[in-house]
Amino acid sequence: MLQTEQLEYAYPAEEGKTPRLALGGVDLNIEKGSFVVVLGHNGSGKSTLAKHFNAVLLPTGGKVWVEGMDTADEALLLEIRRRVGMVFQNPDNQIVANVVEEDVAFAPENLGVPPEEIRRRVDEALAVVGMEKFVRHAPHLLSGGQKQRVAIAGVIAMEPECIVLDEATAMLDPMGREEVLSTAHRLNREKGITVILITHHMNEAEEADRVIVMNDGQVAMDGSPQEVFCQVEKLRALGLTVPDTVELLYELRQSGWDVPLDALTVEACADAVAAAMK
Amino acid sequence: MEPILRVEHLTHTYGSGTPFERSAVQDLSFQVEAGEFLGVIGHTGSGKSTLIQHLNGLLRPTSGHIYLDGTDIWAKPKEIRQVRFQVGLVFQYPEYQLFEETVYRDIAFGPTNMGLTPEQVDRAVREAAAFAGLSEELLDKSPFELSGGQKRRVAIAGVIAMDPKVLILDEPTAGLDPEGRERLLANIRAYHQAKGNTILLVSHSMDEIARNVDRILVLKDAHVLMSGTPREVFARAEELESAGLDVPQVTRIARALRDRGLAIDPAVYTTEELTAALLALKKGGSAVC
Amino acid sequence: MLKDITLGQYFPGDTLAHRLDPRTKLILVVLYIVALFCAKYFWTYALVALVLAVCVRISRVRLKALVRGLKPVLIIITFTAVLNLFYTKGEEPLWQWHFLSIYPEGILAAVFMVLRITLLIMGTFLLTYTTSPIHLTDGMESLMNPLKKIHVPVHELAMMMSIALRFIPTLIEETDKIMSAQKARGADFESGNLLQRAKAMIPLLVPLFISAFRRADELAVAMECRCYHGGEGRTKLHVLHYAARDYAAMVLGLAFAAGIFVLGRMGL
Repeated sequence: MLQTEQLEYAYPAEEGKTPRLALGGVDLNIEKGSFVVVLGHNGSGKSTLAKHFNAVLLPTGGKVWVEGMDTADEALLLEIRRRVGMVFQNPDNQIVANVVEEDVAFAPENLGVPPEEIRRRVDEALAVVGMEKFVRHAPHLLSGGQKQRVAIAGVIAMEPECIVLDEATAMLDPMGREEVLSTAHRLNREKGITVILITHHMNEAEEADRVIVMNDGQVAMDGSPQEVFCQVEKLRALGLTVPDTVELLYELRQSGWDVPLDALTVEACADAVAAAMK
Repeated sequence: MEPILRVEHLTHTYGSGTPFERSAVQDLSFQVEAGEFLGVIGHTGSGKSTLIQHLNGLLRPTSGHIYLDGTDIWAKPKEIRQVRFQVGLVFQYPEYQLFEETVYRDIAFGPTNMGLTPEQVDRAVREAAAFAGLSEELLDKSPFELSGGQKRRVAIAGVIAMDPKVLILDEPTAGLDPEGRERLLANIRAYHQAKGNTILLVSHSMDEIARNVDRILVLKDAHVLMSGTPREVFARAEELESAGLDVPQVTRIARALRDRGLAIDPAVYTTEELTAALLALKKGGSAVC
Repeated sequence: MLKDITLGQYFPGDTLAHRLDPRTKLILVVLYIVALFCAKYFWTYALVALVLAVCVRISRVRLKALVRGLKPVLIIITFTAVLNLFYTKGEEPLWQWHFLSIYPEGILAAVFMVLRITLLIMGTFLLTYTTSPIHLTDGMESLMNPLKKIHVPVHELAMMMSIALRFIPTLIEETDKIMSAQKARGADFESGNLLQRAKAMIPLLVPLFISAFRRADELAVAMECRCYHGGEGRTKLHVLHYAARDYAAMVLGLAFAAGIFVLGRMGL
């Protein structure tokens, strides 16, 4: 689905300073239909990476391909952006219209989709994110989680193959975060949409297919959540925490218990501890 | 001893007389002891923001009273600014309120409004910057050149500089990464220890609250649902969950272990505690109760 | 306190007045204004008022809401009335005191002027009360479409207007928040002389501007990510189309304006 090769990016430098490399040679291959979580502390390059997936930023070195299309090819720009939708952090700054349905219709309108088809897509997209009751509402009166679901619907209306959530849960309360997360999982499961979730909340990675940890503009870790989270010392060194489940198992292991480190969920963790007690 | 803050039957109604009439807080009563570190939790719409804006007189109660050191803060409405200097309030995403040319001048805004002498202002600014974890050389920079985390520290320093008796922080760690969050909370804890003043920490994160505060006040639908030490509150995990609130993950593990027949106190909320409890249990040999 | 200001005075409803195409309504308002300016005397004014009353009845907008709309312009109405009262000269003064004099013609002119402004404002308010801002923008964009030929950026103007409408509530909320935050640091927005008050606004305006620019920046990126590339090749969710009622309304409107024009010429 998405491929990067020796991807480098340097933000334009101020005069007299050497440009700082925000991405320093990233090689990634993201499978179609997978749910990938990208973790990393602020300034690790995770958001910069995300912005390359639909040509908001163009590499200063290396290449990015979206289903074989080079993002640097300007003629393919609209097609790339249609296939890879992007949801941003601040829900207030990505809603364009002052009626929910008009906002969801924005992208298909730009793409020149016929009105009857727009209507169908808008209704379907709002149903998928569970916001069909709010068709005619004013977006500024919705909660944070609801606004982000409208933003997701606005992206789904393009019928994309991939959705990138660029810290889309960072400004939400736990309930809103849960709404967005479960919506993303549902899209992945039911519609086969590839999801790339950029976050620094560790527990959002529990159910992912793959976790990529970014540090200093490079991929520091890459693997299943179980593989990544058992490397407790390494994660801590990268300025990240581990879920409490793993931390508990880690502490017990330090005390000589024979427990696995890869029991991420509360239930799995409790099972592992209970088994070790016997 | 007189509690530093006493809230009595506080009610605030928005849009009274219109069809949109709604009480954001309803007959709320509680008190805060001097020197206490109190956590306030509740999901969006529970009345948290309305409540804290009453504590420093930004909002006036529809009915009820707020006493600061035993005096009703609305006894002399003309002097409400004095209350705002004594009860410092740091809003959510406070970095968006910065406006001065330098960090120093922005932090000095509050103390200058208090009418302090330039020497007093200078001392207040430097002390506050140190508490907020800002190094001296940042003081002459423009706040707009700083990173997001640093901006937030400047904004917090701007309130600390007024040397308030009570400091209220609304979601001070929202949007920060785990390390930034932990460092900021460590600064706040150090400030609390050094000054011994009262702190109210408003947060969505139970984990964050559990690890820092002496006592928790849980709000739900404009009312106080419960209040007590973290241990007392987490012992009522079912009620918290039915109110749509998180329980710390460690508490959930402890409960799951109890369900599996282990004699674990289901109200523990730190990994250290739970690890110690498990180790003790294994040593004792009576794993199943 | 800023939250109390009601913006976007649209009252949702499902009457004939709401269902008409926004373009029809815009044209009708123009015709109404033309008619109003052709009115000369009591008969024609009465007819215009009657037509407005019928429209208000159809739209089910409460008269109280319309009258409330007059409040902000009360001073202007009074001022023009007084000017007309004293400055219109006739033959026989009714009353005289030093250089001030009132003629019967002056009284008439003042009454007509008040009627004209009142009817004008009520008529245009009826439009905004029965048409959502979006429909209004859509209607204007569609009506102004021919201007594209002479390179008027019609689509861009309409897009700017609808984005402005979208962000007004957000920015009001933000203003409220920054104001509270600065008040919490002892800012005083309410006392002092004019200069002090203007200075007190800096801590409010600087963050507000910075935030507005940040929002604009982020919104532009978000729009591009949703394939926005100008008005070219763009379709619409809601396509405007004239129904039979629109044609009927326009014919009636034209007849009305022509009628008033003729009656006005006759001096009625």
